[in-house]
Amino acid sequence: MTPGGPQAQTEELPVGLPGGLTEPPQPPPTNAVEGSSTWSLLDRLGLAFCWFLGLLFCAIAAAIVIYLLIKGIQFLKPSMLVTPAAAGFTEGESGGFSDAFFGTLILGVMSLTLALPTGVAIAVWLVEYGRPKALARVTEMTVEAIAGIPSVVFALFGTVIFSSAALGFLSRTNEGVVFGRSFFAAAAMLALEALPLIVASTREGLNAIPRHVREASYGVGKTKAATTRRILLPTCRPQIATGAMLGLGRIIGDTAIIVILLGATQNFSPVEGAPFPLNYLRGAGTTLTNFVYEASPTGNLNQPDKAYAAAFVLLFIVLLLNAATDLIHSRARKAGTWSH
Amino acid sequence: MEEEFQSQYGPRWSDQRVGRLLGALVCAVVALLLALIVVVFIQGWPSFAHNGLAWFGPGGNVDEQLNVISQSAETGAGYVYTFHAWPLIWSTILIAGGSVILSLGAALFISVFLVEFAPTWMARILAPVVRFLASVPSVIYGLLGVLVLVPFIGNHLISESQKASVAGVISLTGYSLMAAVVVLTIMVAPLMVSIFTDALSSVKPGWLEGSLALGVNRWRTIWKIGVRAARPAIVAGTVLACARAIGESVMLAMLSGSTAFAPNPIDGLIFVFEPSRPLAPTIVKSSDQLSSPPAKATLFAIAAFLLFSAAIFSLTGWAARRSMNKYLAR
Repeated sequence: MTPGGPQAQTEELPVGLPGGLTEPPQPPPTNAVEGSSTWSLLDRLGLAFCWFLGLLFCAIAAAIVIYLLIKGIQFLKPSMLVTPAAAGFTEGESGGFSDAFFGTLILGVMSLTLALPTGVAIAVWLVEYGRPKALARVTEMTVEAIAGIPSVVFALFGTVIFSSAALGFLSRTNEGVVFGRSFFAAAAMLALEALPLIVASTREGLNAIPRHVREASYGVGKTKAATTRRILLPTCRPQIATGAMLGLGRIIGDTAIIVILLGATQNFSPVEGAPFPLNYLRGAGTTLTNFVYEASPTGNLNQPDKAYAAAFVLLFIVLLLNAATDLIHSRARKAGTWSH
Repeated sequence: MEEEFQSQYGPRWSDQRVGRLLGALVCAVVALLLALIVVVFIQGWPSFAHNGLAWFGPGGNVDEQLNVISQSAETGAGYVYTFHAWPLIWSTILIAGGSVILSLGAALFISVFLVEFAPTWMARILAPVVRFLASVPSVIYGLLGVLVLVPFIGNHLISESQKASVAGVISLTGYSLMAAVVVLTIMVAPLMVSIFTDALSSVKPGWLEGSLALGVNRWRTIWKIGVRAARPAIVAGTVLACARAIGESVMLAMLSGSTAFAPNPIDGLIFVFEPSRPLAPTIVKSSDQLSSPPAKATLFAIAAFLLFSAAIFSLTGWAARRSMNKYLAR
């Protein structure tokens, strides 16, 4: 035994070699770390501040969820999800927000079908092709710039291009004047908004695949395109899914584009004379975010109870997306990583 | 056999073709961004051209100017473009700057905590919490702000004497700089935390271990070595957060108050309770006037200004992150 037993216990790590022992020594704890007891006061105060901020963030998140949960249970009736909004003076008369709910779902699906293939294609080009180099650099900058551009700017840009005569078939047209507000317009601009997240996530996945995997595939005579489709993309499916979830979260949470490019109404306003799905998609509509914005005390409807109910539904969707992302992550981690 | 091979992997999906196809798509996206920049600037040009540099300066009441601009389309006496955006710009600087500074401090401490000090159970809670806060839609922050934070500020933090002291100038109701900055900080900090934690956890372990081996305690090691090595990422995160903060529109449209007033820090601490309206919410709030050509030009001029600043911010962040690579263990 080490001489001076009591002292040895205060040591955090065993000192010296325990030679010639009959019983095996205690292995040092694997997570042996220095405690804060020896630090100066200022350092300890700093650590306390870290704890304070960490707990504060947890408390804020918990407060948001619990508060909306309480308000949601209080005000949300299942009938609101199937009743369209109606004109009325009291909250009881003005119906529900079914159009907003379905608008969110439609818009999510539409934007993601635009953004996902485009984003994955850009990421594949950047990682696997990337020639000429100057174009790759410009593309990286473009994606980065798109990520930083405020969504109001996209929205204003959308009002210009979608009210041009050439794109009139995507929205309502009245005697040659193109209305410019439609699900198509909003979906296109939202897809642009979601694009950088999908590109970044997919790139990360592709970059994590070691070279030898590609070389093995080339070695058996596969082309680059076949390798990408059969090996690389299936391998980084979790990252693509993560990017899609993040993008979907961004699409569902955006309000400025909806207010400017889709909203102005709380109901679907299908275009007359167009075949079934197109008449709705070419018309104006609304989403949950727009409904919350308009129903809040600062909006035009001023129905705070229903705003809470819609916000609860919205938060629930966001929480589901977050849970799905976490599930994908933990599954991917269990599946293991490449050995380099 | 040969034919089947040809049809599956042959010229149809040859590398050159696929490369060119994807390249074309990439070019299209680049072209779309260029188109966006060009369109926004061209549409906003009349407003800049009529005002010159005075566009950025102070002078007059912005709300009245916007009214006159949008009505001038119908009077027949010619379009009016006179617009001095300084109160809006100043409000943007105050709100975005204030929240970015606050969240820089908070995010630094939280990411140091997450990477180095948090026990496993705490990190397992805090990491998803940060991700959740980043993904809450901005209208929800706005709604909670309007219905919870604004009444609280209006009823409990602002005293009657303070309200009376500025009664002739502006009414203090709780829609204030403070509400906007607090909520924007909660929105922006998670973005910074995610960038900072990435960088801190990929600092070369040898550097940290070297410092620890010299007897420096863990707190000072992570701040003097870890945070220093991650400096480019910290710059990048801060700059990206700036881009996000100036572009935030809906939450600020709900919380910052709806008058284009320029709070003045010289007036003492009361300025944090004063309402204002930044640039991005102005676009959202006036978007129903887009049908009036001079108002449209003015709004596009605001958008062009935002676009320019955001692009500068995000490209700076991109450049800073690229220079990060040499510090990291990757």
